[in-house]
Amino acid sequence: MHTSRAAYWFLAPALLLIAAFFVVPIFASLALSATDFDIYAVASPANTRFVGLGNYTELLQNPLFWTAVGNTLYFVVVGGPLSVAVSLGAALLVNSKLTRAKGFFRAVYFVPVVTTLVAVAVIWRYLYDPRFGLLNYGLHFLGIGPIDWLGNPHWAMPSIILMTVWKNFGYNMLIFVAGLQAISQDLYDAALVDGASTIQRFRHVTLPMLGPTFLFVSVTTMIGYTQLFSEPYVMTQGGPLHATYSIVLYMYEEGFRWWHLGYAASIAFVLFALVLGGTLIQRRLRR
Amino acid sequence: MKRVALHVALVLGAITTLAPLIWMVAASFMPAGQATTYPPHFIPRPATLGNYRILFTRLDVARNVMNSVIVSFAATGLSTIINAMAGYAFAKFRFRGRDPLFRTMLAGLVIPAQVGMLPLFVIMKQLHLVNSYWAVIIPSMSSIFGIFLVRQYALSIPDELLDAARIDGASELAIFGRIVLPLLRPILVTFAVFMFMSVWNDFMWPLIVLSDDAKYTLPVALANLTGEHVQDTELMMAGAVVTLAPVLAAFLFLQRYYIEGITMGSVKG
Repeated sequence: MHTSRAAYWFLAPALLLIAAFFVVPIFASLALSATDFDIYAVASPANTRFVGLGNYTELLQNPLFWTAVGNTLYFVVVGGPLSVAVSLGAALLVNSKLTRAKGFFRAVYFVPVVTTLVAVAVIWRYLYDPRFGLLNYGLHFLGIGPIDWLGNPHWAMPSIILMTVWKNFGYNMLIFVAGLQAISQDLYDAALVDGASTIQRFRHVTLPMLGPTFLFVSVTTMIGYTQLFSEPYVMTQGGPLHATYSIVLYMYEEGFRWWHLGYAASIAFVLFALVLGGTLIQRRLRR
Repeated sequence: MKRVALHVALVLGAITTLAPLIWMVAASFMPAGQATTYPPHFIPRPATLGNYRILFTRLDVARNVMNSVIVSFAATGLSTIINAMAGYAFAKFRFRGRDPLFRTMLAGLVIPAQVGMLPLFVIMKQLHLVNSYWAVIIPSMSSIFGIFLVRQYALSIPDELLDAARIDGASELAIFGRIVLPLLRPILVTFAVFMFMSVWNDFMWPLIVLSDDAKYTLPVALANLTGEHVQDTELMMAGAVVTLAPVLAAFLFLQRYYIEGITMGSVKG
């Protein structure tokens, strides 16, 4: 370990950048949320007035805000666990002792993760087409009638969840595979000696041993899911009937479409509060 | 029996995973209208490059490819070196406030990027950087995650090696350039792959800060095109192929590094 002035020189570029373009904007966002900063203020910041908690009280009275919060929570609470469950299932399949070509399947399942979300959303828009889409074509063989995936307010959010699970499950699968490989074989051998069935071994060895991985994956996934934006932006524009309107989409539209930056900043802080709440719950659970 | 069922499930999973992408490629070579027929076509007949021709002539997507390439390479190169320096400093130097600073930074990892985006836009506006490559590059130039990755890896560099070089009279910069950087190479490659993909795929920030078609990165250009050409399925699929091909190719060649980054990121706990 070395003490030297040089350390500051090595740190300076990164820390200055983080300070100027990450830390300052976060505090500025809090300040902004207490103002009526709008299109006139973008032109000249002198046109800004302090409004205190005005934006927040307005926000809480706006039904569209509650719709956005409700949709985002729907996406997080249904999509998050579903995605984690699919990831765990895929990890168990890929990691099974009986599986051949493990590396191949692992890589294939991972491919959607590296894809560009916007491109994927464009593709799935056509897969979801009620008349020509492959999904309805496949389902008609099972006798399931045509579903208006993105056009029906009840189906729009499930459709976005389905696509997101397809895109993301490979990521958490890899983390689960690493977690599974860290479980000692002795535990399974001992369970086998005691006559435990496959399901019992899964319940009493695999699941408890995966505990920390499970928690990590669930929390990071759900935090990531609160930031839902590109999927509704590209696929549904938040519709139909605001069924896929998310918090971040609301923030984007208020901020960059209507230039109500002050009001939008208060939406950003609600998002921050949600994520912070989620993280604190995770801390609690860990103990 | 069990083994067969397992592999049937695996293969079905693989088909489900790849089908949308395979259909995308197939549809991109179909003549106009063929992707929206019932029952659907799976093989383009006759196969055509017409969609790609329209993309690169009339819609001038080549400049969007260039924008994405410039922004992604610049952000990746700059952030790799900047985070390497900082990660090394956190791992191998003693200075006042080091540990609290590092812990505070890690806590910042949970803050969603969107929280600061509105003021960030105002800052870029004040710096007259809106609608420039720099507006996209600058916020990516330092990454807490990157600093963390490098720091964990750099902890394993033996102090004796660095001290020996100091005794020989090497400057700190020379030590960093000739000893530390080569030793950090594996983690830097992993980080660079990670970074490249995330900048290439990024959508929301470029959408906000770029205002002119000629400056759009590929995802923004594609989202914009779907607005105008929603009926042109085959054309849009060609656009998706152009957007995805580089990241998919990078993944095929560099998947080992990418996958390492994920498992390393997850042990931070």
